[in-house]
Amino acid sequence: MEFVNPEGLRLDGRRPMEMRQLRAEIGAVARADGSAVFEMGNTKVIAAVYGPREVQNKSQLSNDQALVRCEYTMANFSTGDRKRKPKGDRRSTEISLVIRQTMEACILTHLMPRSQIDIYVQVLQADGGTRSACINAATLALADAGIPMRDLVTSCSAGYLNSTPLLDLNYLEDSAGGPDVTVGFLPKLDKVTLLQMDAKLPVDIVENVMQLAIEGCKAIATYIREVLLENTKQLEYRRGL
Amino acid sequence: MDSRLANTWRLTVNEKKFIETALASDLRIDGRKPLEYRKLTINFGREDGSADVQLGHTHVMGFVSSQLVQPYRERPNEGTMSIFTEFSPMADPSFELGRPGESAIELGRIIDRGLRESRAVDMESLCVLAGKLVWAIRIDLHILDNGGNLVDAANVAALAALLTFRRPECSLGGDNGQEVVVHPPEVKDPLPLIVHHLPIAVTFGFFSTEYTMVVDPTHSEEAVMGGRMTVTVNASGDICAIQKAGGVGVPQSEIMRCLRLASDKAESITKNIKDAVEAFNTERMLRKIKRHSTAVAANVSIENDVKGQKDKLTAQRVNELSMSQMERLKLKPDESSISQNDGLGSEIRSSDQISNQRAEGNAPLFLGGPSSWDPHTQGVDPDFLKASLAAQGKSNPKAEQSSEDSDDDVAMQEKEVSEDVKPPSLATDSSETVEEQKTSIVKKTLKDAVKPKNRRRKKTRS
Repeated sequence: MEFVNPEGLRLDGRRPMEMRQLRAEIGAVARADGSAVFEMGNTKVIAAVYGPREVQNKSQLSNDQALVRCEYTMANFSTGDRKRKPKGDRRSTEISLVIRQTMEACILTHLMPRSQIDIYVQVLQADGGTRSACINAATLALADAGIPMRDLVTSCSAGYLNSTPLLDLNYLEDSAGGPDVTVGFLPKLDKVTLLQMDAKLPVDIVENVMQLAIEGCKAIATYIREVLLENTKQLEYRRGL
Repeated sequence: MDSRLANTWRLTVNEKKFIETALASDLRIDGRKPLEYRKLTINFGREDGSADVQLGHTHVMGFVSSQLVQPYRERPNEGTMSIFTEFSPMADPSFELGRPGESAIELGRIIDRGLRESRAVDMESLCVLAGKLVWAIRIDLHILDNGGNLVDAANVAALAALLTFRRPECSLGGDNGQEVVVHPPEVKDPLPLIVHHLPIAVTFGFFSTEYTMVVDPTHSEEAVMGGRMTVTVNASGDICAIQKAGGVGVPQSEIMRCLRLASDKAESITKNIKDAVEAFNTERMLRKIKRHSTAVAANVSIENDVKGQKDKLTAQRVNELSMSQMERLKLKPDESSISQNDGLGSEIRSSDQISNQRAEGNAPLFLGGPSSWDPHTQGVDPDFLKASLAAQGKSNPKAEQSSEDSDDDVAMQEKEVSEDVKPPSLATDSSETVEEQKTSIVKKTLKDAVKPKNRRRKKTRS
C-alpha cells in the first residue's frame, strides 16, 4: 500500500514533515485541580490532575518526595470497534507506567514530600499517537494545576514508510507495520525523556526519524506555551489584573 | 524494582551515595567498568525448547511450547506467538503472587516487541491450514533470581529456548485433505522454528549526575539510577526496539552513543547464544542416534544383525560420525515413517551391505535377508562368546548366566550399533577393529551403562 504517493502527499493529504492540526483546551474538568483536552488531528485525549494531596495508601508514602500515580484508559467508544476492557489490559498498564515515569522525571517531586499527585488520562478518540497526545495533555493539566515542573514535556511520534520519514503517524500509517518512534522531549533542557521504538530499522535511519520526532516535539512545545500564556492572560483578566 | 510495592528493599542513603560516588570515578560496586557486561551462562534442559540463563546473579528460565489453534481473523495464514512472564516471589521480596505487576508487564512487552515487530520468528511457516489451524507458540519466562537487568536475561532465555525448540511435524490427510495429522516425535523428527535473526536486548542505566551511564545494571544500581533504556538490536546492526520509559532526561547524542554501543554488545551476545545452541544441538543429535535405535529396536531384534554389526562405536567415533549420521537420520525418518516393514527392509539392506563388506574381515556370519529374522537360526558367534566368557572371568555358573546376559546385552548393543553403522565408511573401518571390538564390546556390556534398557535387563536378571 502506498503511504506516500509520488507527489509526496500522504493518505490524509499531509506532507511527510507536516504534523496534524493541534488544539488544546485548559480547564475541561471543573472538579480537578488541573485538566486539559488535547487534540492531534482526530486523536482526542482528556487529562485530569489531582494533587498534591494526601497519600491514600500509607505504605507507599515517601518522606522525601511526592508520589506520582498515573492511569491511562481508552474509552470504549474511542476506537473503531467497541473496546471490551478500557483498562487493566497489558497495553494500558504499560502506557500508564510510561506516562508516569515520564511525568515523574520532570515534576519537582522533592518540593512536595509525603503527598500524592494523580494523573488520569482518558482517550476519547483514538487515531494514532494516543501516547503522545496523553503526555501533552498531562503536561497542560499539570501546568493548570500549578504543580512545579522542570520543563514542559512534549511528545510526538514519527515513522518510516516508503523510505520516507513521516511525522505524526495516524492510525492507518501506524498499523502499516512500519517502525513507530515515539519521543518525549524536554525542549528547554534539550533532553529526551521518553523513547519508544518498534519494528526493525538500521541505526542511521533511527537517528533521522528520532531527529524528526524531536523537531515535532519542539513545535508542539511552542504551541503549548502559547496556549498556557493565553490561559494565564484569561485568568489575569478574570481576576481583574 | 518498583519502589511503591510492599516489601521493597530500599537502599540506605549511604549506599546510594557510595554507588554514585564510585561511578563518578568510573567504578562500579561489583568491580566492572561502566560499559562492561556480566558473564552470561546459558544451559539447556533435556527437553527441546527449555533454556536456563544466568547473567551474574540474575537467573531466568525460558520454556517454549506449541499448540494448534485457530488463527486471528485478520491474519489467517500466520501463526501466533505470546509471551508470559512469571515473576516468582522467590526472586525478589517485592514480587507478589497473582497478577503480574507493572514491571512484569513491561518486561513481557519489551521482549514481545523485540521478537514480534522485528519479525524474528517466521510466523507464516507456522500455518498448517490457512484460516483454520495454525501453531501458537507460547514462551514462558520464569524469573528465579533478581540480580538486576531482568530484561536482558529474559530476552536471552527466550531466544535460546526458541532456537532449541522443536515443533511436531504435521501433515494434511483425511478424505478431503482437511484433516491434520500431528506426527509424534518418534515417527517424524520435529522441526525447528525458523528464526531469521536474533534480537538482543541491552539495557543501559542513567544516573542523575550528568552523563553517567552504565551497561547491564545490577540490582543495587537499579535502585539508585534515575532512568533506564533498553535497546533491542540484532547482530546486523538493525535496531529492533527501543524502550526508554521516562526517567531522567538524556541528550540525543548520548542516546545515539548508546545505540552504537548496543550493536557492539549484541554481536558478542549473539555469538554466545549461537555457540551454546550449537553445543546443545550436537548433544541432542547424539542422544537422538541412540534413541532412534531403541525406537526401532523392537523390529531389529529379529533382524539378527548380531554378527553383522560387531564393530562397536566408541564415543569418539560417534562424535565424528554424528554429522554424517544426521544426514542419514534425516533420510531415515522418511523411510521409517513409511511402514515398519519397509524400514526394516532398509535396515537389512544396509546391514547386508555392511556384512558383505565385512566378509573379508571375518567369516561371513550371515548373509542377511528375511530368512534370518529368527535370532536362533544361526546362533551366536562361538568365537565371540568365548571371548566374552574369557574377559568376564567369573565363576562358571555365573559365567553361563552372564554369557546369556552379555549375549542379550550384546544383542542390544549390536542393535543400537546396527543403526549407527549405516555409512559405508564405517564398515571399512570395522574389519580392522573387529578383534579389539570383541573385547571392547564385552567390557562395555558390563560396565557401559549406555542404554537404560540394558541396565534394566541386567538388574532383573542379577
